[in-house]
Amino acid sequence: MSDIEADVSQLAASEWGGGVLPYAGSKKFGMWLFIVSDAITFSVLLVGYAYVRVASQNWPQPFEFFPSIVTATVMTLCLLSSSLTMVMAVNASRRGNRARTVRWLLATIAGGLAFLVLHGNEWNKLIHEGMTLFSNPWGAPLFGATFFALTGMHMFHVFTGVGYLGVVAFATGRGKFNAEDVEVSGLYWHFVDLVWMFIFPLVYILSIHRG
Amino acid sequence: MSHDSETAIHPTRLFLWVWTWLLALTGIEVFLGYKQLELKLMLTILMMLSVIKAGLIMSYFMHLKFEKARVVFTLIPALVVVICLFSAFFPDSLRALHLGWGR
Repeated sequence: MSDIEADVSQLAASEWGGGVLPYAGSKKFGMWLFIVSDAITFSVLLVGYAYVRVASQNWPQPFEFFPSIVTATVMTLCLLSSSLTMVMAVNASRRGNRARTVRWLLATIAGGLAFLVLHGNEWNKLIHEGMTLFSNPWGAPLFGATFFALTGMHMFHVFTGVGYLGVVAFATGRGKFNAEDVEVSGLYWHFVDLVWMFIFPLVYILSIHRG
Repeated sequence: MSHDSETAIHPTRLFLWVWTWLLALTGIEVFLGYKQLELKLMLTILMMLSVIKAGLIMSYFMHLKFEKARVVFTLIPALVVVICLFSAFFPDSLRALHLGWGR
């Protein structure tokens, strides 16, 4: 048998040789690849924000320490705590305790929903103060575009994550998902938390009103 | 880097500790904002703190610390290089500032 034939027969015997699903056990890596690409998406938005801010002369700094920054800090607390409950859900699912897994997942969803409500309220207030995508009462007009694009994209991720975790909680409760599925959803949720750790200082704290 | 890292259960205390650190670092960030430091100095400190927080979240919550080393080397260096390459845009934004586009 030649070397090539040996290689071919070896490949046919592997999981990539056909006949079986080659992705078994690769869910986690698949999610990681998505996270890396999504991290680049958020980097682009942050770099775009930085570009416009550096290029502008009178960039607005409209956030009062109270209530805006305090609210954003509470939102950070919600996300960080929901990450903690997510870790607890992953641990519970590894122990095979489905009821506890579902309960911790629901706590995580509650944290996400609290974040969404507080952030929606914040948006509502800013829109009432006259901030739109391309104009605002305070200064450089593109402030609104960068703010709404960054926080909106992040809010969309939180919203999607709440739905995702809802599906995972439901399917785990019925015994259709295993510990790996819970862990993979956890990776996504922590990533959403991680992105906020950059948006919060760069968008909120660096835009504190200076009096 | 144990062989059965996928099924390892880490103690709750470890995660509570990481969570406390994340809260403390957030507290420092908010305090810096309250103190109204000079903008460039604040940006530098905030970015350093954020990178530390991101590292904590990835190492412990996303348990990269407990994965095989090759997973980390496959994912992280490429991402860091791509993000660093974005800095190529900043000379251009300074040029835009001097041209007065952002008024």
